[in-house]
Amino acid sequence: MRGEFPRNPSGCAISGIISTKGRRMTGDIIIKSIALMHDRSNGLGGGFAAYGIYPEFKDHYAFHVLYHGHQSRDDTECYLKENFIVDRAEPIPTRPVAGITDPPMLWRYFLQARPGRPEQRGCTSEERGHSSFGEMSPDERDFVVSVVMSINNSIPGAFIISSGKNMGAFKGVGFPEDIGWFYRLDEYEAYLWTSHGRFPTNTPGWWGGAHPFCLLDWSVVHNGEISSYGINKRYLEMFAYKCELQTDTEVVAYLFDLLYRRQKLPFEITCRVLAAPFWKDIDRMAEEEKAMYTALRQVYGSALINGPFSFIVAHSRAMIGLNDRIKLRPMTCGVKDDLVFMASEESAIREICPEPDRIWAARAGEPIIAELEEGL
Amino acid sequence: MQIDARGVHYRDLNRMLKEAAAAGEKEFVLDNVNGQRYIGTGVNLPVNIVINGVPGNDLAAFMDGPAVTVCANAQDGVANTMNAGTVVVHGSAGDVLGYGMRGGKLYIRNNVGYRVGIHMKEYKRQVPVIIAGGTAGDFFGEYMAGGVLILLGLERRQGEPLTGDYLGTGMHGGVIYLRGPVEPYKLGKEVAVLELDDGDEKILGKYLKEYCDCFGLDYQAVREEPFVKLLPVSSRPYGRLYVY
Repeated sequence: MRGEFPRNPSGCAISGIISTKGRRMTGDIIIKSIALMHDRSNGLGGGFAAYGIYPEFKDHYAFHVLYHGHQSRDDTECYLKENFIVDRAEPIPTRPVAGITDPPMLWRYFLQARPGRPEQRGCTSEERGHSSFGEMSPDERDFVVSVVMSINNSIPGAFIISSGKNMGAFKGVGFPEDIGWFYRLDEYEAYLWTSHGRFPTNTPGWWGGAHPFCLLDWSVVHNGEISSYGINKRYLEMFAYKCELQTDTEVVAYLFDLLYRRQKLPFEITCRVLAAPFWKDIDRMAEEEKAMYTALRQVYGSALINGPFSFIVAHSRAMIGLNDRIKLRPMTCGVKDDLVFMASEESAIREICPEPDRIWAARAGEPIIAELEEGL
Repeated sequence: MQIDARGVHYRDLNRMLKEAAAAGEKEFVLDNVNGQRYIGTGVNLPVNIVINGVPGNDLAAFMDGPAVTVCANAQDGVANTMNAGTVVVHGSAGDVLGYGMRGGKLYIRNNVGYRVGIHMKEYKRQVPVIIAGGTAGDFFGEYMAGGVLILLGLERRQGEPLTGDYLGTGMHGGVIYLRGPVEPYKLGKEVAVLELDDGDEKILGKYLKEYCDCFGLDYQAVREEPFVKLLPVSSRPYGRLYVY
């Protein structure tokens, strides 16, 4: 090879911030943080998750949807109207940005569940046969999950990129800071922001494949790769989650939904299932602890995430950082008053908080959990 | 030469450094550094570089000569494949420090992350040295083939471990000195714990005095706690792998 090839110091970037007092901040803060790590991504994906942005619709499910054609939109809207009361449907506001080309159609919907038993609504009998959500529990959220899975799985060119309440995902192909300005995030206020700059390695860079990956009000941004994807995917399929987004990260969102929301494990334990202690460490534990972790690893063997990762999972009340068990990806955490920060590099925190009260490197496999204060 | 590095891309910052050093500048103070990578790389002259702010990854990568002082924490990959010079960090530093380092010194006041000193090597008088004043994560000295690694564990909180697991895993050269005992379960299969002999005292004294001077520490107080030494129990354990 001849000529000069500038090195691209890749590696994906993640950054998140939460106010534990629920104080809302405009999106320029998170854009500034992720933009500092520009050189970690290569322009093939950037995205954000924002919580608290739709106070006027806080009890509605906010669906952010990406369409590759008018037919996908017509089919999706028809399906949504059958299943929900659609109180507002509109394009997601964007502005032209030089680095962002060929965006798909981007729409959002504010939806209310129809009154009545969720399992009697919407789904055809054939879909009910494939889905265990409606049958297992009358939880409205299970119904929403089944609708998301169904649209992403069966309507060509339509992808629901977020489906929670008072939150949304904004993502696409480009550098993250460009994506942030494109979606006008400086005009939104959120008490929790996460962000991602992508350097796709194993799977294509496309709009739906950018991070975050969301389901209900879960969102995940991830640096690394999940070598156990096949095992995790097959396990999740038994619980009617369908992995359709051509990338490994989505399993993390679904595992949190399954373990925390449906099976009601606490955050800490959920994290200890995903990044389980090694058997050699379990052997050295006290009896009670040993029994618990042995049981967790036996029951949830297929939910163990293997491979190098650092990710930030968020939902409406918490932001959680987790590293793989031998720390093959970076994560730094910081605290300043009511703000908690997590990022791939310390400088990305210092960029928006030059003097944190405390700043430290996350340890392998040990979750960092920042929750909203009680009563908020 | 004083440079305000706020918002300056690493390529521009490093070009400025390199050109000024080549033109004869000896003293550099970089203010408002935040996240710029590869500072000190390619300068190859015995200049002083003081960094105010957090430098980006791969600080002093392939560095050959300069003395770098960081008045804050440093990130991952400091002294990657470094050949000569010194890096002094008045804070903590991240993972994979001194990766394949083959000369020079890296002194860190506080904690260090995972895989510190991985694949360090030495050749005759080219002996790289890393000293960290705090604690270290897993894989300290992994695949180490040469050089000196010293870990002090100063000002540890009650119950805070000095090192992580897999200490010296795959190590087949060089030496690790730890200030305090090590739990056997943490040791890699390729290392043994030994007491210090006179030769060790000389090496430890030489580098540790220099380290203590750097950070204004009392050398005698640091030496009050006994040290242990980790050595590889075989040389080239994988030398016959793939041979037949």
